[in-house]
Amino acid sequence: MAETPVVIHEHQFLKLKSVLARTCAECAARVVLLVDRDGHPLAFHGDIAGLDTTSFSSLAAGNVAATTSMAKLIGEDVFPAVVHEGERESIFINVIGRSLLVVVFDERSTISLVKLRTKKASFEVGALLDEVARDSELQRQSENSFFAEITDDDIDSLFS
Amino acid sequence: MTFINYASREINCKIVYYGPGLCGKTTNLQHIYDSTAPQAKGKLISLATETDRTLFFDFMPLELGTVRGFKTRFHLYTVPGQVYYDASRKLILKGVDGVVFVADSQEERMDANIESLYNLEENLQTQGYNLMDIPYVLQLNKRDLPNVVPPDELAAELLRKGEPVFEATASQGVGVFDTLKAVAKQVLTELRKG
Ligand SMILES: Nc1nc2c(ncn2[C@@H]2O[C@H](COP(=O)(O)OP(=O)(O)OP(=O)(O)O)[C@@H](O)[C@H]2O)c(=O)[nH]1
Ligand SMILES: [Mg+2]
Repeated sequence: MAETPVVIHEHQFLKLKSVLARTCAECAARVVLLVDRDGHPLAFHGDIAGLDTTSFSSLAAGNVAATTSMAKLIGEDVFPAVVHEGERESIFINVIGRSLLVVVFDERSTISLVKLRTKKASFEVGALLDEVARDSELQRQSENSFFAEITDDDIDSLFS
Repeated sequence: MTFINYASREINCKIVYYGPGLCGKTTNLQHIYDSTAPQAKGKLISLATETDRTLFFDFMPLELGTVRGFKTRFHLYTVPGQVYYDASRKLILKGVDGVVFVADSQEERMDANIESLYNLEENLQTQGYNLMDIPYVLQLNKRDLPNVVPPDELAAELLRKGEPVFEATASQGVGVFDTLKAVAKQVLTELRKG
Protein backbone atom coordinates (compact mmCIF):
# COMPACT_ATOMS: atom_id res chain seq x y z
CA MET A 1 0.00 0.00 0.00
CA ALA A 2 1.41 3.37 -0.98
CA GLU A 3 1.51 6.18 1.57
CA THR A 4 -1.33 8.66 1.67
CA PRO A 5 -0.55 11.58 -0.63
CA VAL A 6 -0.17 14.83 1.30
CA VAL A 7 -2.75 17.29 0.03
CA ILE A 8 -2.23 20.94 0.91
CA HIS A 9 -5.26 23.13 0.33
CA GLU A 10 -5.08 26.79 -0.51
CA HIS A 11 -6.23 28.09 2.89
CA GLN A 12 -3.67 25.86 4.65
CA PHE A 13 -0.91 26.98 2.31
CA LEU A 14 -1.75 30.64 2.99
CA LYS A 15 -1.68 30.05 6.76
CA LEU A 16 1.70 28.34 6.50
CA LYS A 17 3.02 31.21 4.39
CA SER A 18 1.84 33.78 6.91
CA VAL A 19 3.57 31.93 9.78
CA LEU A 20 6.76 31.86 7.70
CA ALA A 21 6.43 35.57 6.88
CA ARG A 22 6.04 36.50 10.53
CA THR A 23 8.93 34.22 11.56
CA CYS A 24 11.15 35.72 8.90
CA ALA A 25 10.49 39.21 10.22
CA GLU A 26 10.84 38.21 13.88
CA CYS A 27 14.14 36.44 13.25
CA ALA A 28 15.46 39.24 11.04
CA ALA A 29 16.17 36.36 8.64
CA ARG A 30 16.93 36.39 4.94
CA VAL A 31 14.70 33.42 4.06
CA VAL A 32 12.52 30.97 5.95
CA LEU A 33 11.58 27.71 4.25
CA LEU A 34 9.34 24.83 5.16
CA VAL A 35 10.59 21.55 3.73
CA ASP A 36 9.28 18.01 4.02
CA ARG A 37 11.72 15.50 5.47
CA ASP A 38 11.81 13.74 2.10
CA GLY A 39 13.08 16.93 0.48
CA HIS A 40 9.93 18.36 -1.07
CA PRO A 41 9.78 22.15 -0.68
CA LEU A 42 6.43 23.11 0.91
CA ALA A 43 6.54 26.90 1.29
CA PHE A 44 8.98 29.74 1.77
CA HIS A 45 9.15 33.42 2.55
CA GLY A 46 11.86 36.01 2.10
CA ASP A 47 14.59 37.06 -0.24
CA ILE A 48 15.10 34.01 -2.45
CA ALA A 49 16.78 35.86 -5.28
CA GLY A 50 19.60 33.62 -6.46
CA LEU A 51 18.60 30.80 -4.12
CA ASP A 52 17.68 27.53 -5.81
CA THR A 53 14.96 26.52 -3.33
CA THR A 54 14.40 23.09 -4.90
CA SER A 55 18.05 22.02 -4.60
CA PHE A 56 18.30 23.69 -1.21
CA SER A 57 15.28 21.75 0.11
CA SER A 58 16.59 18.41 -1.08
CA LEU A 59 20.00 19.06 0.50
CA ALA A 60 18.46 20.27 3.78
CA ALA A 61 16.47 17.04 3.96
CA GLY A 62 19.56 14.97 3.15
CA ASN A 63 21.48 16.87 5.82
CA VAL A 64 18.87 16.19 8.50
CA ALA A 65 18.50 12.56 7.39
CA ALA A 66 22.24 12.08 7.83
CA THR A 67 22.48 13.84 11.22
CA THR A 68 19.42 11.96 12.50
CA SER A 69 21.09 8.66 11.59
CA MET A 70 24.26 9.82 13.31
CA ALA A 71 22.18 10.68 16.40
CA LYS A 72 20.79 7.14 16.49
CA LEU A 73 24.29 5.66 16.25
CA ILE A 74 25.32 7.47 19.43
CA GLY A 75 22.09 6.68 21.26
CA GLU A 76 20.17 9.93 20.68
CA ASP A 77 16.75 9.73 19.06
CA VAL A 78 17.07 12.88 16.97
CA PHE A 79 18.93 16.18 16.93
CA PRO A 80 15.96 18.55 17.13
CA ALA A 81 17.97 21.36 15.58
CA VAL A 82 20.87 21.54 13.16
CA VAL A 83 23.00 24.67 12.87
CA HIS A 84 25.58 25.64 10.27
CA GLU A 85 27.39 28.88 11.00
CA GLY A 86 29.22 30.61 8.20
CA GLU A 87 31.29 33.75 8.17
CA ARG A 88 28.32 35.81 7.02
CA GLU A 89 25.40 33.53 6.16
CA SER A 90 24.15 30.85 8.53
CA ILE A 91 21.49 28.15 8.52
CA PHE A 92 19.28 26.97 11.35
CA ILE A 93 17.09 23.90 10.84
CA ASN A 94 14.38 22.94 13.29
CA VAL A 95 12.93 19.44 12.97
CA ILE A 96 9.13 19.48 13.39
CA GLY A 97 7.81 15.93 13.05
CA ARG A 98 7.78 15.14 9.33
CA SER A 99 8.99 18.55 8.28
CA LEU A 100 11.84 21.02 8.65
CA LEU A 101 11.70 24.71 9.36
CA VAL A 102 14.81 26.19 7.77
CA VAL A 103 15.98 29.72 8.57
CA VAL A 104 18.73 31.38 6.53
CA PHE A 105 20.13 34.46 8.24
CA ASP A 106 23.14 36.75 8.14
CA GLU A 107 24.96 39.12 10.51
CA ARG A 108 21.80 41.16 11.01
CA SER A 109 20.57 38.37 13.31
CA THR A 110 22.03 35.88 15.78
CA ILE A 111 21.63 32.16 16.36
CA SER A 112 20.14 32.72 19.83
CA LEU A 113 17.53 35.11 18.46
CA VAL A 114 16.61 32.66 15.72
CA LYS A 115 16.35 29.76 18.16
CA LEU A 116 14.12 31.78 20.48
CA ARG A 117 11.82 33.17 17.82
CA THR A 118 11.29 29.91 15.90
CA LYS A 119 9.89 28.14 18.97
CA LYS A 120 6.36 29.49 18.65
CA ALA A 121 6.43 29.15 14.87
CA SER A 122 7.37 25.49 15.22
CA PHE A 123 4.27 24.77 17.29
CA GLU A 124 2.05 26.59 14.81
CA VAL A 125 3.57 24.89 11.80
CA GLY A 126 3.33 21.53 13.57
CA ALA A 127 -0.37 22.04 14.28
CA LEU A 128 -1.08 23.18 10.72
CA LEU A 129 0.73 20.17 9.27
CA ASP A 130 -1.17 17.81 11.58
CA GLU A 131 -4.36 19.29 10.17
CA VAL A 132 -3.03 18.80 6.63
CA ALA A 133 -2.25 15.14 7.42
CA ARG A 134 -5.74 14.55 8.85
CA ASP A 135 -7.45 16.16 5.86
CA SER A 136 -5.24 14.20 3.45
CA GLU A 137 -6.35 10.95 5.04
CA LEU A 138 -10.02 12.01 4.77
CA GLN A 139 -9.51 13.00 1.15
CA ARG A 140 -8.01 9.60 0.43
CA GLN A 141 -11.07 7.89 1.86
CA SER A 142 -13.59 10.08 0.05
CA GLU A 143 -14.88 8.54 -3.17
CA ASN A 144 -15.08 11.71 -5.21
CA SER A 145 -11.42 12.60 -4.96
CA PHE A 146 -10.11 14.75 -7.77
CA PHE A 147 -7.48 12.21 -8.73
CA ALA A 148 -9.91 9.38 -9.23
CA GLU A 149 -10.95 11.29 -12.35
CA ILE A 150 -7.52 11.21 -13.98
CA THR A 151 -7.79 9.11 -17.13
CA ASP A 152 -5.24 6.99 -18.99
CA ASP A 153 -5.35 9.62 -21.73
CA ASP A 154 -4.42 12.35 -19.22
CA ILE A 155 -1.37 10.36 -18.19
CA ASP A 156 -0.39 9.40 -21.74
CA SER A 157 -0.62 13.01 -22.89
CA LEU A 158 2.19 13.89 -20.48
CA PHE A 159 4.59 11.77 -22.47
CA SER A 160 3.55 12.62 -25.99
CA MET B 1 5.23 10.25 -0.59
CA THR B 2 3.34 12.33 -3.10
CA PHE B 3 2.65 15.99 -2.32
CA ILE B 4 -0.30 17.75 -3.87
CA ASN B 5 -0.47 21.51 -3.43
CA TYR B 6 -3.79 23.08 -4.42
CA ALA B 7 -2.46 26.61 -3.97
CA SER B 8 0.44 26.27 -6.40
CA ARG B 9 -1.38 23.49 -8.32
CA GLU B 10 1.55 21.10 -8.21
CA ILE B 11 2.01 17.39 -7.73
CA ASN B 12 5.44 16.33 -6.40
CA CYS B 13 6.59 12.70 -6.57
CA LYS B 14 9.86 10.97 -5.70
CA ILE B 15 11.52 8.37 -7.91
CA VAL B 16 14.67 6.50 -6.84
CA TYR B 17 17.21 4.78 -9.12
CA TYR B 18 18.68 1.75 -7.36
CA GLY B 19 21.25 -0.85 -8.39
CA PRO B 20 24.81 -2.12 -7.85
CA GLY B 21 27.89 0.09 -8.00
CA LEU B 22 28.79 1.38 -11.49
CA CYS B 23 25.60 -0.01 -13.09
CA GLY B 24 24.81 3.41 -14.58
CA LYS B 25 22.32 5.11 -12.22
CA THR B 26 24.05 8.48 -12.32
CA THR B 27 24.45 8.11 -16.10
CA ASN B 28 20.65 7.74 -16.41
CA LEU B 29 20.11 11.03 -14.55
CA GLN B 30 22.88 12.74 -16.47
CA HIS B 31 21.25 11.80 -19.76
CA ILE B 32 17.81 12.98 -18.61
CA TYR B 33 19.40 16.22 -17.49
CA ASP B 34 21.32 16.75 -20.74
CA SER B 35 18.33 16.14 -22.96
CA THR B 36 15.62 18.10 -21.15
CA ALA B 37 14.67 21.68 -21.94
CA PRO B 38 15.98 24.18 -19.35
CA GLN B 39 12.50 25.29 -18.27
CA ALA B 40 11.52 21.69 -17.42
CA LYS B 41 14.37 20.96 -15.06
CA GLY B 42 16.28 22.27 -12.07
CA LYS B 43 19.92 21.72 -11.19
CA LEU B 44 21.47 18.27 -11.12
CA ILE B 45 23.00 17.97 -7.66
CA SER B 46 25.62 15.22 -7.26
CA LEU B 47 27.06 14.41 -3.87
CA ALA B 48 29.97 12.36 -5.16
CA THR B 49 33.46 11.24 -4.23
CA GLU B 50 36.64 12.56 -5.86
CA THR B 51 36.40 9.69 -8.31
CA ASP B 52 32.80 10.45 -9.35
CA ARG B 53 31.20 7.64 -7.40
CA THR B 54 27.93 8.62 -5.76
CA LEU B 55 28.58 9.30 -2.06
CA PHE B 56 25.11 10.22 -0.80
CA PHE B 57 22.77 10.90 -3.74
CA ASP B 58 22.22 12.59 -7.07
CA PHE B 59 19.12 14.73 -7.33
CA MET B 60 17.30 16.50 -10.10
CA PRO B 61 13.77 17.92 -10.31
CA LEU B 62 11.94 17.35 -13.58
CA GLU B 63 8.63 18.76 -14.72
CA LEU B 64 6.75 16.51 -17.11
CA GLY B 65 3.75 18.70 -17.94
CA THR B 66 0.25 19.18 -16.54
CA VAL B 67 -2.49 16.74 -15.63
CA ARG B 68 -5.90 18.37 -15.20
CA GLY B 69 -4.31 21.72 -14.47
CA PHE B 70 -1.72 20.38 -12.05
CA LYS B 71 1.99 20.61 -12.81
CA THR B 72 3.55 17.18 -12.31
CA ARG B 73 7.01 17.42 -10.87
CA PHE B 74 9.22 14.39 -10.36
CA HIS B 75 12.14 14.43 -7.98
CA LEU B 76 14.68 11.95 -9.31
CA TYR B 77 17.25 10.49 -6.92
CA THR B 78 20.01 7.91 -7.30
CA VAL B 79 21.47 5.95 -4.40
CA PRO B 80 25.16 5.12 -3.99
CA GLY B 81 25.58 1.55 -5.25
CA GLN B 82 28.73 0.64 -3.37
CA VAL B 83 27.94 -1.96 -0.72
CA TYR B 84 29.28 -0.02 2.26
CA TYR B 85 27.03 3.01 1.71
CA ASP B 86 23.98 1.09 2.89
CA ALA B 87 23.02 3.63 5.57
CA SER B 88 22.71 6.31 2.88
CA ARG B 89 20.63 4.04 0.63
CA LYS B 90 18.11 3.52 3.41
CA LEU B 91 17.75 7.29 3.86
CA ILE B 92 17.19 7.98 0.17
CA LEU B 93 14.38 5.41 0.02
CA LYS B 94 12.33 7.34 2.58
CA GLY B 95 9.16 8.72 1.02
CA VAL B 96 9.76 7.00 -2.31
CA ASP B 97 6.87 6.81 -4.79
CA GLY B 98 8.53 4.67 -7.46
CA VAL B 99 11.75 2.70 -7.97
CA VAL B 100 13.87 1.96 -11.05
CA PHE B 101 16.27 -0.94 -10.62
CA VAL B 102 19.22 -0.50 -12.96
CA ALA B 103 20.91 -3.86 -13.57
CA ASP B 104 24.40 -4.16 -15.05
CA SER B 105 24.06 -6.65 -17.91
CA GLN B 106 27.70 -7.80 -17.81
CA GLU B 107 28.20 -11.45 -16.83
CA GLU B 108 30.63 -10.62 -14.04
CA ARG B 109 28.10 -8.26 -12.44
CA MET B 110 25.32 -10.84 -12.10
CA ASP B 111 26.01 -11.53 -8.43
CA ALA B 112 26.21 -7.81 -7.71
CA ASN B 113 22.77 -7.35 -9.32
CA ILE B 114 21.24 -10.11 -7.25
CA GLU B 115 22.79 -8.79 -4.06
CA SER B 116 21.64 -5.23 -4.76
CA LEU B 117 18.09 -6.31 -5.58
CA TYR B 118 17.94 -8.28 -2.36
CA ASN B 119 19.27 -5.23 -0.53
CA LEU B 120 16.53 -3.11 -2.13
CA GLU B 121 13.79 -5.46 -0.95
CA GLU B 122 15.27 -5.49 2.53
CA ASN B 123 15.69 -1.72 2.77
CA LEU B 124 12.20 -1.08 1.45
CA GLN B 125 10.88 -3.36 4.14
CA THR B 126 12.69 -1.53 6.92
CA GLN B 127 11.01 1.66 5.64
CA GLY B 128 7.62 -0.04 5.71
CA TYR B 129 7.23 -0.61 1.97
CA ASN B 130 6.89 -3.78 -0.06
CA LEU B 131 8.45 -4.05 -3.49
CA MET B 132 5.35 -5.94 -4.62
CA ASP B 133 3.14 -2.92 -3.95
CA ILE B 134 5.12 0.03 -5.26
CA PRO B 135 5.59 1.34 -8.80
CA TYR B 136 8.66 -0.48 -10.09
CA VAL B 137 10.59 -0.89 -13.35
CA LEU B 138 13.60 -3.05 -14.26
CA GLN B 139 16.26 -1.63 -16.59
CA LEU B 140 18.89 -3.91 -18.14
CA ASN B 141 21.74 -1.48 -18.77
CA LYS B 142 25.03 -1.61 -20.67
CA ARG B 143 23.58 -3.62 -23.56
CA ASP B 144 26.35 -2.22 -25.80
CA LEU B 145 29.07 -4.26 -24.11
CA PRO B 146 30.31 -7.59 -25.57
CA ASN B 147 30.10 -9.76 -22.45
CA VAL B 148 26.42 -9.31 -21.61
CA VAL B 149 23.95 -11.91 -20.34
CA PRO B 150 20.97 -12.43 -22.71
CA PRO B 151 17.90 -10.36 -21.64
CA ASP B 152 15.68 -13.36 -20.92
CA GLU B 153 18.31 -14.88 -18.64
CA LEU B 154 18.68 -11.61 -16.77
CA ALA B 155 14.92 -11.27 -16.49
CA ALA B 156 14.58 -14.82 -15.21
CA GLU B 157 16.99 -13.98 -12.43
CA LEU B 158 15.86 -10.45 -11.61
CA LEU B 159 12.16 -10.17 -12.47
CA ARG B 160 10.05 -9.85 -9.33
CA LYS B 161 6.45 -9.25 -10.29
CA GLY B 162 5.95 -8.91 -14.02
CA GLU B 163 7.30 -5.35 -13.92
CA PRO B 164 8.10 -3.55 -17.18
CA VAL B 165 11.63 -4.38 -18.42
CA PHE B 166 13.74 -2.12 -20.64
CA GLU B 167 17.04 -2.78 -22.33
CA ALA B 168 19.26 0.27 -22.17
CA THR B 169 22.61 1.78 -23.00
CA ALA B 170 22.44 4.74 -20.65
CA SER B 171 25.79 6.15 -21.77
CA GLN B 172 24.24 6.63 -25.25
CA GLY B 173 20.80 7.56 -23.89
CA VAL B 174 19.18 4.40 -25.23
CA GLY B 175 16.19 3.24 -23.16
CA VAL B 176 16.59 5.98 -20.54
CA PHE B 177 13.36 7.86 -21.23
CA ASP B 178 11.35 4.67 -21.83
CA THR B 179 12.35 3.57 -18.34
CA LEU B 180 11.49 6.92 -16.78
CA LYS B 181 8.14 7.13 -18.53
CA ALA B 182 7.16 3.65 -17.42
CA VAL B 183 7.82 4.35 -13.76
CA ALA B 184 6.27 7.85 -13.86
CA LYS B 185 3.16 6.41 -15.43
CA GLN B 186 2.83 3.81 -12.69
CA VAL B 187 3.26 6.49 -10.02
CA LEU B 188 0.45 8.61 -11.49
CA THR B 189 -1.77 5.57 -11.93
CA GLU B 190 -1.19 4.72 -8.28
CA LEU B 191 -2.25 8.25 -7.32
CA ARG B 192 -5.54 7.76 -9.12
CA LYS B 193 -6.25 4.57 -7.18
CA GLY B 194 -5.89 6.56 -3.94
N1 LIG C 1 29.51 0.82 -21.93
C1 LIG C 1 28.62 1.40 -21.14
N2 LIG C 1 29.04 2.10 -20.07
C2 LIG C 1 28.11 2.68 -19.28
C3 LIG C 1 26.72 2.57 -19.53
N3 LIG C 1 26.06 3.25 -18.57
C4 LIG C 1 26.99 3.76 -17.74
N4 LIG C 1 28.23 3.42 -18.16
C5 LIG C 1 29.53 3.78 -17.55
O1 LIG C 1 29.65 3.11 -16.30
C6 LIG C 1 30.39 3.90 -15.39
C7 LIG C 1 29.63 4.05 -14.09
O2 LIG C 1 28.43 4.77 -14.32
P1 LIG C 1 27.67 5.58 -13.17
O3 LIG C 1 26.43 6.13 -13.77
O4 LIG C 1 28.57 6.52 -12.48
O5 LIG C 1 27.32 4.37 -12.17
P2 LIG C 1 26.49 4.44 -10.82
O6 LIG C 1 25.50 3.35 -10.89
O7 LIG C 1 25.97 5.80 -10.58
O8 LIG C 1 27.63 4.06 -9.75
P3 LIG C 1 27.65 4.41 -8.14
O9 LIG C 1 27.42 5.88 -8.02
O10 LIG C 1 28.97 4.01 -7.63
O11 LIG C 1 26.55 3.61 -7.53
C8 LIG C 1 30.66 5.21 -16.08
O12 LIG C 1 31.95 5.19 -16.60
C9 LIG C 1 29.62 5.25 -17.19
O13 LIG C 1 30.05 6.00 -18.30
C10 LIG C 1 26.30 1.82 -20.68
O14 LIG C 1 25.12 1.67 -20.98
N5 LIG C 1 27.30 1.25 -21.44
MG1 LIG D 1 26.17 7.12 -9.07
